[in-house]
Amino acid sequence: MARKLLLENINVPGIHTFDVYRQNGGYRAVEKALKTMTPDAVVEEVKTSGLRGRGGAGFPTGMKWSFLAKPEGRERYLVCNADESEPGTFKDRYLMTHIPHLLIEGMIVASFALGAKTSYIYVRGEMMPQIRILERAIAEAKNAGFLGKNILGSGYDLELYVQPGGGAYICGEETALIESLEGKRGNPRIKPPFPAISGVWACPTVVNNVETIAAVVPIINDGGEEYSKIGNGRSTGTKLISASGNLNKPGVYEIELGLPVEEFIYSEEYCGGIANGKRLKAVVAGGSSVPILPANLILKTINGQPRLMSYESLSDGGFQTGSMLGSGGFIAFDEDQCIVRNTWNFSRFYHHESCGQCSPCREGTGWMEKVLHSLENGHGKMSDIDLLVDVSKKIEGNTICPLGDAAAWPVASAIRHFRDEFEWHVTNPKEVMEHNYGLAKYADPLPKLEEVASQN
Amino acid sequence: MLSVTEHKEIEFSADLISKFEEIVTRYPEGKQKSALLPVLHLVQAEYGWVSPEAMEKVADFLQIQAIEVYEVATFYTMFFLRPQGKFVLEVCRTGPCCLVGAEKIMTHIEKTLGVKEGEVTADGNFSWRGVECLAACGMAPVLQIGPEYTFYENLTEESVDKLIENLKNKI
Repeated sequence: MARKLLLENINVPGIHTFDVYRQNGGYRAVEKALKTMTPDAVVEEVKTSGLRGRGGAGFPTGMKWSFLAKPEGRERYLVCNADESEPGTFKDRYLMTHIPHLLIEGMIVASFALGAKTSYIYVRGEMMPQIRILERAIAEAKNAGFLGKNILGSGYDLELYVQPGGGAYICGEETALIESLEGKRGNPRIKPPFPAISGVWACPTVVNNVETIAAVVPIINDGGEEYSKIGNGRSTGTKLISASGNLNKPGVYEIELGLPVEEFIYSEEYCGGIANGKRLKAVVAGGSSVPILPANLILKTINGQPRLMSYESLSDGGFQTGSMLGSGGFIAFDEDQCIVRNTWNFSRFYHHESCGQCSPCREGTGWMEKVLHSLENGHGKMSDIDLLVDVSKKIEGNTICPLGDAAAWPVASAIRHFRDEFEWHVTNPKEVMEHNYGLAKYADPLPKLEEVASQN
Repeated sequence: MLSVTEHKEIEFSADLISKFEEIVTRYPEGKQKSALLPVLHLVQAEYGWVSPEAMEKVADFLQIQAIEVYEVATFYTMFFLRPQGKFVLEVCRTGPCCLVGAEKIMTHIEKTLGVKEGEVTADGNFSWRGVECLAACGMAPVLQIGPEYTFYENLTEESVDKLIENLKNKI
C-alpha cells in the first residue's frame, strides 16, 4: 500500500471530532510549531518540502509564503480557498467532510507562519453541510485552546472564520475570491499588485487551497526533508486525486506523486478499471480545464515512456501531446462517450461561469458553446472546426485571469486529438443523432512523433 | 429581472438580525460589507428567495448602497431572484455527471414534476434546474436541495422517484 499522509486516519470512526482526531496524533503540528519553532522556520520547512499548490497551478507554496509583504502595523491574512468547483474535482469536499480538523490544524500552523491573526476559509456556498462541519470543528478546537487568545500559552492569537460563497466558479481564482470575501461580485483583479502585497482589504494576503494547507501538517510533523523524499523529482509528496467518469471505483484517492497512470486506472487499489467492461477512450487528468488526451497518450508519453501521475510527466510533450496535473480531477471516458458532446458541455460551463469582464472570454466562450452545439447536433460545417480553434486562440492569453485559458484549452485539445470525430459529426449529420463515433483509433499504439507534429 | 412594480415592505425578525450582527463581527471595523453573501444566504433560507425589498433592507443593515446588494445578488447563481417551489431540486449538469446519466435524470425530473426547468409546480411545492459542477463527480449523478443543501448521490430514476415521494410527505 502506498504511503498516506492526509487520509491515513480517514477510516477511524469519529475522526471528524476533535477528541478522536487528537487521540490519533492530531494537533501535534500546532504544538510543535507554536512551542518550538519560529514563523520563519515553519516557512523554511515548507520550502524544503517542495510542496506545490494543490489547487491547480502547482506554484511552490513556501515561495508564495515568502513573498508575503510584512509592513509594520498592517494586518496580514491567510485565506483558504475551498471554493472547489473545477469539474472533475471533489477532493476538498471529501477532506472537509471526513477530516475537518486536518484543515483547521493546517490553518493554525500556516497562519502562525504568516503572522495572520485572523484567517478565513472561503467555502463554496453549495457546500453548506461542509460549512456546518467546519464551524463545529472550529468551535471544538477553540474550546480546547487551539484557537483564540494566547494559543497553548505561546502568546499567539488567532481567530478562524468560515465564509460562504454564492455559486460562482470564478471565485476559485484567488483575486476573485478576495473580491467575493469583501462582499463584491467575483471579478478577478488585474495583477500586479499580487495578493501578497495587496489582497483582502488591501492588506497582504496569502490564498492557499484546502489540500495545500492540509499538507502543511505532515510537513511540520515529519519535517520538510522527509516529505520531499516522497514522490518523483519536483513533484514531491502525496496528492489527492478525484477520480470520476466511467470507472469501476470512482472516488478520492491519495497517491504518491509518480504513480503510473495505468496503475491508477486499472489496479484494484485505485480505480479498478473501466466500468461495465468497456475500453478507455480518453482522460481529462487534472480537472476540466486541462487538455483532454486520448487513451494512448494518457497511458504513454509520445516517447513511449509510461505516463506518471506527476506535474512533469503529465505535462510531458507540452500541449501537443501532453496535459497537466492541475487540481487532480481525473475524468475517464469510455468508448461510448462522445468527445464533441463533452466539449460542448465544458464550453457551456465556461460560458456560464465567465465573469464577463474581458470581452474575449465573455464573447468567445459563448460562441464556442454555440458552434459546438450545432456541431454536436449535426448542423455543423467543416469550417466550424477551424473557427473553434481560431476563437480558442483569441481567448487564450488575452484575459485578466486564467478562466479564458481554462475555457480555450479543452476545445483546442479536443480538436487537436479528436479531429476525426469532429469531422465525422459534419459528414454524418444523421448518424450523429443515432449513435456516437466510438473508440476508433484512440487507444491504438501511439503514432510517431513526426506524424503528430504534421497533423497540427 | 428585478420587479419594482409591487413593493412589499418586509421586516427582518429579531432572530435574523441577531444572526446578521454576529456575522459582522467576523470582519474588521468598517468592513461589514463582507457580510453580504452570508447575510443573503440567511435571507434566502428565511424567505425562499431574495426579493428587491429584502435587498434594500440588507443594504440598510450593512450601511451600503442598494445597488451594491443588487449587483452581488444577480452575480451569484445560488440566489433566487424570484419565488421558487418549496423544494428546489438542483441537478448537476456538467461533464462528469453527464458521463453517467445526469441528462436522463433531468428529463425524468421534468417528466415527473410536469414542469420545465425554472418553472414552479401549480401547487407551489417544487421547481428544478440544472446547475454547474457541484464538486461531487465521484458520486455522480448528484442533486442538492436548499436551504441546507442536502446532497443526493448516485441518482437513478428510481431513487429520484423515492426522493420526490419523501419530499411530498414532508409538505
